[in-house]
Amino acid sequence: MSDKEPLFSAKNRKLLKNPLGSDNPITVQVLGICSALAVTAKLEPAVVMSLSVMAVLALANVIISLIRNTIPSRIRIIVQLVIVAALVIVVDQILKAFAYEVSKQLSVFVGLIITNCIIMGRLEAFALGNRPWPAFLDGIGNAAGYGLILIIIAFFRELLGSGSIYGFKVIPQAFYDMGYQNNGLMILPPMALITVGIIIWVQRSRDKSLIESN
Amino acid sequence: MENLINIFIKSIFIDNMVFAFFLGMCSYLAVSKTVKTSVGLGIAVIFVLGITVPLNYLLNKYILVSGALTWVDPSFADVDLSFLSFIMFIAVIASLVQLVEMIVEKFAPTLYSSLGIFLPLIAVNCAILGGSLFMQERDYGTLAEATSFGLGSGLGWFLAIIGIAAIREKIRYSNIPAPLRGLGITFIVTGLMGIAFMSFMGIKL
Repeated sequence: MSDKEPLFSAKNRKLLKNPLGSDNPITVQVLGICSALAVTAKLEPAVVMSLSVMAVLALANVIISLIRNTIPSRIRIIVQLVIVAALVIVVDQILKAFAYEVSKQLSVFVGLIITNCIIMGRLEAFALGNRPWPAFLDGIGNAAGYGLILIIIAFFRELLGSGSIYGFKVIPQAFYDMGYQNNGLMILPPMALITVGIIIWVQRSRDKSLIESN
Repeated sequence: MENLINIFIKSIFIDNMVFAFFLGMCSYLAVSKTVKTSVGLGIAVIFVLGITVPLNYLLNKYILVSGALTWVDPSFADVDLSFLSFIMFIAVIASLVQLVEMIVEKFAPTLYSSLGIFLPLIAVNCAILGGSLFMQERDYGTLAEATSFGLGSGLGWFLAIIGIAAIREKIRYSNIPAPLRGLGITFIVTGLMGIAFMSFMGIKL
């Protein structure tokens, strides 16, 4: 790779774009499912979670990529965990200071960003073998792909489960008067899994190359 | 004693790690293709959770929480180190997993090779860190309660992965719409299992 490569060359643009669709971290790479499902009953925590993951993933990718030649491969997991844990502590403290309500809703799941497989997966698969700038783009791209799925799930769960979007009531009172009721099942954990199943179904019927043999 | 049994049952069925909190989903989805490997991973998770939760409990109680350091010197009474808990917990977990890996490699080489990369990945299994964080958040009073919670959560995870593995072994012979094969149907089946597990919520403990 020459140093004169433009910052947003075709290859770099692909790093940003692929994780949104055909290489999505959640529906294709199967990474980071745990937190994806737990924080999606409402849109607001889902958005905050996506932004936190984006900050941690991009920075961790850059840091690991900068020091990748100095890490002995035997202890790389511990090194990665320490860097990620330090970044997560910073994010957690910032959330507690500026968005206390949301950080209460996220409860233990901010801490669980440390063990979010997206972070470890991307560090192992990409940052250890690439230069800092592509690693940064890869981090942003994958976190955006993760956030996209989170926001789709949270959108439907909040709309059908609470009749609101980002806290604003969107289903008019007249509907309730006519007998419409919120679908309480959507708030419960199992429906998040089924929603992901349906997203995967839709995605794979549009993109046949992703279909698994069994 | 009754209290311990309550916590144990509650963490297996009602607060099940997989169905109520989605913890440890990555390895749950990736390893559950056959019952045999799932049993191995499930036992490893019970073991690691059963040890790390009480260890982290002691760490939390005697080093991290506000006022914990008074046993060193009374002047440390208002030192609060709880912001360090993520990094301390993960260090305990990572080193313990390394230990388990060496033991399994020595005494059960076939299991070791069939688990492959997923053994070291227990270190980044959210169920393990989640166990410790829930222990901290729920403020269990004694070491015995924390241990009972750790073992119960491990057993709950074990049950979940065995269940899905058994279903996936059979599902291979059924005619599923092509785009839903593999990952998609596993998610939906897990969701249905989750709905089934929710019926345990009616139990009053």
